[in-house]
Amino acid sequence: MNEILGFSTLDLSRFQFATTSIFHYFFVPFTVGFALIIATLQTIAHRTQDPKMENLTRFFGHLFFINFAVGVVTGIVQEFQFGMNWQGFSNFVGNIFGVPLALEVLMAFFLESTFLGLWWFGKDRLPAWAGLASIWIVAAGTTISAFWIIIANAWMQHPVGFELRGGRAVMTDAWAIVTNPKGLEWFAHLWTGGLTVAAFFVLAVSAYHLRRRANVDAFRVSFKVALVTALIGSAGVIAAGHAQGQSAVRDQPMKYAAFSALWETPQGTQMPESLLALPSNAGRENRFELSVPYLGSFLAFNNFSGRAQGINDLQRAYEARYGPGNYTPWVWPVYWAFRVMVGLGFLMLLVSLIYTWRWRTGKLETPGRLYPLLLVMPLAPHLANFSGWIATEMGRQPWIVQGLLRTQDAVSRLNPLWVLLFLAAFWMVYLTLIGLDVFLLTRTARAGMHEPDVETPSVPAPEYVAEGARA
Amino acid sequence: MTDLPTVWFTLTAVIFAIYFFLDGFDFGVGLLQPFLARTEAERRAMIRTVGPFWAANEVWVILAAGVIFAAFPTWYGTLMTALYPAFALILLALIGRGVAFEYRAEVNHRRWRTFWDVTSFITNLLPAFLWGLIMANMVRGLPVGDGGRFDGSILYAFNTFSVLGGLATLSLFLLHGATYLLLRLEKDSELHRRARRAALTWGAAASALVLAFVYQGFIRTGLFGTFGLERWLFPAAAAGNLALIWLALTVKRDALAFAATGLTIVFSTGTIFGSLYPNVQPSTLGEAFNLTVRNAASEPYTLRLLTWVSATFLPLIIGYQVWNFYVFRQRIRAQDERIPGGQSDGVRPGDTGQSGPY
Repeated sequence: MNEILGFSTLDLSRFQFATTSIFHYFFVPFTVGFALIIATLQTIAHRTQDPKMENLTRFFGHLFFINFAVGVVTGIVQEFQFGMNWQGFSNFVGNIFGVPLALEVLMAFFLESTFLGLWWFGKDRLPAWAGLASIWIVAAGTTISAFWIIIANAWMQHPVGFELRGGRAVMTDAWAIVTNPKGLEWFAHLWTGGLTVAAFFVLAVSAYHLRRRANVDAFRVSFKVALVTALIGSAGVIAAGHAQGQSAVRDQPMKYAAFSALWETPQGTQMPESLLALPSNAGRENRFELSVPYLGSFLAFNNFSGRAQGINDLQRAYEARYGPGNYTPWVWPVYWAFRVMVGLGFLMLLVSLIYTWRWRTGKLETPGRLYPLLLVMPLAPHLANFSGWIATEMGRQPWIVQGLLRTQDAVSRLNPLWVLLFLAAFWMVYLTLIGLDVFLLTRTARAGMHEPDVETPSVPAPEYVAEGARA
Repeated sequence: MTDLPTVWFTLTAVIFAIYFFLDGFDFGVGLLQPFLARTEAERRAMIRTVGPFWAANEVWVILAAGVIFAAFPTWYGTLMTALYPAFALILLALIGRGVAFEYRAEVNHRRWRTFWDVTSFITNLLPAFLWGLIMANMVRGLPVGDGGRFDGSILYAFNTFSVLGGLATLSLFLLHGATYLLLRLEKDSELHRRARRAALTWGAAASALVLAFVYQGFIRTGLFGTFGLERWLFPAAAAGNLALIWLALTVKRDALAFAATGLTIVFSTGTIFGSLYPNVQPSTLGEAFNLTVRNAASEPYTLRLLTWVSATFLPLIIGYQVWNFYVFRQRIRAQDERIPGGQSDGVRPGDTGQSGPY
């Protein structure tokens, strides 16, 4: 049996990888940025010795815990999937790809899981400086973890430091893999993206409590810290994204052309950039297109005369190089996902700038008419991440490792029935998790700082309380 | 340089042994909770014995998988594809278990906690059983053909021998969890006494199941032939060790009992991996298809790199994990909750009922 309900093992495995990655990625960037914000707040609490700040840190720490649990457990799935569903891939790249994964565990996962517990439960048993150091170690751990996983992914998009031996990729230069230019650009993009996820969440929670005039002294601080984070994050994510686009023109031209729905290589002395288009893979053209002259050249080359190659020319070039086959990704989802991501990036920057302006003019704590926007803004970075992954991963098809291994040759030989069965199970579990996570986050965030209801003599419960609640 | 693939095979065995030792008692505690704890305070006390540790314990399995992937890529793909349903169930269970740990205390409502207690029991049961099933299948051999391609029914993994192996790990982890509780719970409390009784009961069951598995393994797979030792030595050693655990429990030498259950796990893992060597995955289709330590390994460059990084980081990791256990070394007491009016079984308006993790 090669198909079930019209889906092959390849279709189902791709769908499973896409969904488990995207689910996982709702939680991961959150921890990257959030750990940093909490570590900053803890540092302020340590410096000022202000119990209100300590309570604030514990409050956000509680929210961090709710997310961290799901991030960790959904990450295990990611690792095992390479062996379970992608045996061809594991055989081909294990020599290289497995190494950053192992390094991620050795350098980051143990750190995060051990020191997060020490920070939270060890509050009454460790000296204050050790508690502060613990949360900074957690923050460092999340960043190191992001670094290694991006290095692994970047290798698939831009393989370096290897040679082909006996039908598999073999590592020859570890340093080249670590300093893969693609990896460093992506790391900057994803790390600053992580900052925005946490920053807009903390902004929303802080604004909610500021508007209710609850614990104003404390939430004013978290609002400012989050605002600075949002500004750095959204500006950084745009700058790094711009750099990435320019390197894609060179090393993944087909993906770049799909981002822009550029079917034919431009004929004139410049390249326009499409603003709105209805790309059609069947017709190998855009059914409708609205574009701005010169903008494409500027985005791709920082000048007004550069031209990138079009999809149709690239398809011909790839057929000549790799043999007959379809080397064109499915353009419309790539094109539109890319545009949604970019649009949301600018929206995030705009909101950060507006609030920075209000800060300068002394109106920071009155969220004003934009208040409802602040409450929905936490969705924006998540949606941008979602679209970004769709664009970049669909844009590189049919390759799983650019120019070396096709996705269809990487999949395990499995009975599709089993893949479908477990795919359904993962969906059920993940949807439940997202529901529970959102429920607990909103509930805990809305409750604000409060007294814990359980005395835990050996492992202390969180010690954050509302102002004056402890008489 | 010594034989790097063998070094990495040994390290893989060591990492699995550490994982089974550490997460083994987490599984045991989770499984024993519904049988031992009678009140909410006792339930929380049991959870708190593993609270600060379970996440870091679980990371050892992520490391084990990462190391197989990096050092033995062919083995990784073959094992995971061939035992697809077992690994998928383990993954689903590890997700549920981790979330149950973190979310159970978030809402102070009876049905909410019951839901997570049930989830916790099932999700501790599955991996405790399935790890034994997987190990037994590895030793038994899998129908893998050319290049590690799996050529069997996906239900191949579920056979008498491997089910027996699963029951052996399940009972062994229960026993290990019980001896762990003896070290971690307040001495001479009612809960502590119940844990000792459970250890004695499960000790007897584990003895029977482990011995049955060892005996079956001895017949089915020549498991002990590779060591060049007398064949009766292993069953005898296993029996002797289980007798020691039982003795330690009756004379109340709790640390000795815990050390002995831990060593049983470590030695069992060592035996499994030792008997595989020089294969990593024997094939039932013919010796020519065996994945060996050599033909499944990564190239020397990769292995050397892994060696340097691990030599740097593994001692560090073990160091701060030991320190973590030291920081939270106090015994846990089951204590009533501080909430005014005792436990609330429904969420009152305005009562958020929250307590944070644990």
